[in-house]
Amino acid sequence: MPKHIVVLLALLTPFIAHAADEIDLRTLQQQVQQLDQRVQQAEQNAANASRPPAAGPNAFNPAVSLILAGTYGKLDQDPAIPTTGFAMSPNNNGYSRSFSLNETELGLSASIDPQFTGFATISLLPEGGSNVENAFVQTTSLGNGINLKMGRFFSALGYLNEQHSHTWDFVDQPLVYRTFWDNQLSDDGLQLKWLAPTDTFIELGAELGRGLGYPGSNRQDNNGAGAEALFVHIGDDIGFSNSWRLGASLHQTKQINAVSKNVPDLAGISGGVYDSFSGDSKTSGLDFIWKYAPNGNTTVTSFKLQGEYFQRTQNGLLTYDTTRANGANTTDSYSVTQSGWYAQGIYQFLPLWRTGLRYDQMNSGNADVGPLNAGKVIGNYGYTPVRYTLMLDYSPSEFSRLRLQLAQDNSRQGLADNQLFVQYIMSLGAHGAHQF
Amino acid sequence: MSKIINTFSLLLLATLALPAHAALNIFACEPEWAALSQELAGDKANIYAATSALQDPHHVQARPSLIAKARRAQLVVCTGAELEIGWLPVILQESSNPDIAPGKPGYFEATHYVQMLEVPNRLDRADGDVHAAGNPHIQLDARNYLPVAQALSARMSELDPANAAFYGKRLQEFQASWQAAIARWETQAAPLKGQEVLVQHRAYPYLESWLGFKQVGELEPKPGMEPSAAYLAQVLSQLQQHPARMVIRSSYQDPKPSDWIAGRAHLPVVELPFSVGGDDSSKNLYSFFDDIIARLLGGLK
Repeated sequence: MPKHIVVLLALLTPFIAHAADEIDLRTLQQQVQQLDQRVQQAEQNAANASRPPAAGPNAFNPAVSLILAGTYGKLDQDPAIPTTGFAMSPNNNGYSRSFSLNETELGLSASIDPQFTGFATISLLPEGGSNVENAFVQTTSLGNGINLKMGRFFSALGYLNEQHSHTWDFVDQPLVYRTFWDNQLSDDGLQLKWLAPTDTFIELGAELGRGLGYPGSNRQDNNGAGAEALFVHIGDDIGFSNSWRLGASLHQTKQINAVSKNVPDLAGISGGVYDSFSGDSKTSGLDFIWKYAPNGNTTVTSFKLQGEYFQRTQNGLLTYDTTRANGANTTDSYSVTQSGWYAQGIYQFLPLWRTGLRYDQMNSGNADVGPLNAGKVIGNYGYTPVRYTLMLDYSPSEFSRLRLQLAQDNSRQGLADNQLFVQYIMSLGAHGAHQF
Repeated sequence: MSKIINTFSLLLLATLALPAHAALNIFACEPEWAALSQELAGDKANIYAATSALQDPHHVQARPSLIAKARRAQLVVCTGAELEIGWLPVILQESSNPDIAPGKPGYFEATHYVQMLEVPNRLDRADGDVHAAGNPHIQLDARNYLPVAQALSARMSELDPANAAFYGKRLQEFQASWQAAIARWETQAAPLKGQEVLVQHRAYPYLESWLGFKQVGELEPKPGMEPSAAYLAQVLSQLQQHPARMVIRSSYQDPKPSDWIAGRAHLPVVELPFSVGGDDSSKNLYSFFDDIIARLLGGLK
């Protein structure tokens, strides 16, 4: 370093001139050492300050993450059989018998410019093909607590709806999510949220979309919105140990020619009939979550309790037997209010080890069936579907999780189903921060 | 009806009037930066500490209350170096507060102003919880507070120019008393020089480089990985060849692994506060280091 040499020479010149004085020598040596330290420090500071940013063509690449997951399932009953009383609802349970690969989830995210951030999640389906799960942009600079999202996103209604599947505490979604939202309500549209400037967390939001996911029917017949949602979330802490969030939500959409296959009927047609429903669907929901950890420290133990309740009223016209398996089809009024809820607790009892219990219950309601369909369509199934699920998981690190799940599924009348699942969920690459 | 409208308008006005700039609203990610902000800003700031010293700073939840607090913050003071990567990005996104976005004057990362240690040559998750920018636990070297304080004070003046003279004066006072305190701590800690210690987590390189003791082993097989029984047995057998004077852990950590080793190797366990508020004695930055040094010296007895 030339700087060193200059400093040393400058200091050594007087030393050579008066070599005899030992005290001077010692002082000078100390001074040289001190100066040397200071030069080193200055050089280090300069090096830090001018540390070049990562350069090259990949410098602005988005954060990439990939989720790998697979499940082994042992089931007593055929998983294709729907929940009793919900044959007109989706039954996409997301599991199957034997070994299966779950969706491989590829996530990309980055700032677009000072105003927007973009996110995309592509699911690669195990049977081949892919699906755009999420693809949205979000504002970053509107301020005043306003946040606007555009694109395809998971609705913020309820609690679990926005959580990606790799963060679920069980292999599958609660029954109420499977039947009411086809596991997760996703839509193409806009979401506007406002966060109140208060110490307590208060968030209000509205969504407008085409009605892409169930119960919407992917509206294409006019230029208006196909589905609307409103939600409010309130949350706070009690000390560092406890935090909670409460939510309420409303959702409405119009279903147009929503066809359901294999719906049981009063005539007892083998394998059921095809029915079609057109009408309004209005859903309201309540959700809560409470998390506890001693002093907020989740290292050793923590506990989480959550529950959600949804109630839906469908009101419109039902066409019975669209494929005429039982003679002529008939259309008449149909109105039903159904509900469902779940409650679950997850307890981390040791570092890395968690266990959880979930209870599910559904109410298929008592439908008001128009006179033309009264002798054909089942209005009241007189059965309460329930399910108990127990899980144990082990996470060697925050990027990997292995899970064992046992369930006693009495959601199908007369078909008790004892289920066993073994699952792995692993994440590669950027690991985004998790929501509460 | 008009009464309801009036009440509503009043409420609305009250809400709008809330963020009046009475004081600088500071959101500190960790308690040490809340304490430093307090030293530098005195009563000119409202300071909120998002986490406590009893929490594992690597595993913090993005709690709704944090989003609400960040919404009104004018300055976020964090460690950086990816320590808060698991929760802060959600808070910043959800708080919809553009003033505290990374790159803005309202976003401050302390690790930006100090010399980082243990910057990895290789980034691979097979090596455990490694941070690309280096070990983020800079709060355990008292000397690091000097450059951080200088930069933080400048940031406060930039955001709140009306009080710039006040912040400048507080900084000078802090620098003088902190330098004196460092000299005192270094004298007190002289017996620790060269002592060999075992650590539960790789959290103390800054404390080591400052006080001159020497880490001879870790209880975690890889940073952030829980110690297994087999690995602890291996550490124990290594200890027989290379004895250490004490085992160090932080107060938020599971006591079991260090207690297990200490019981078998007949070593004292020294539990250190990881930040201000990590135990009853560390109430501010000064008592935090008084306490750390007293506890380490206690381990030598």
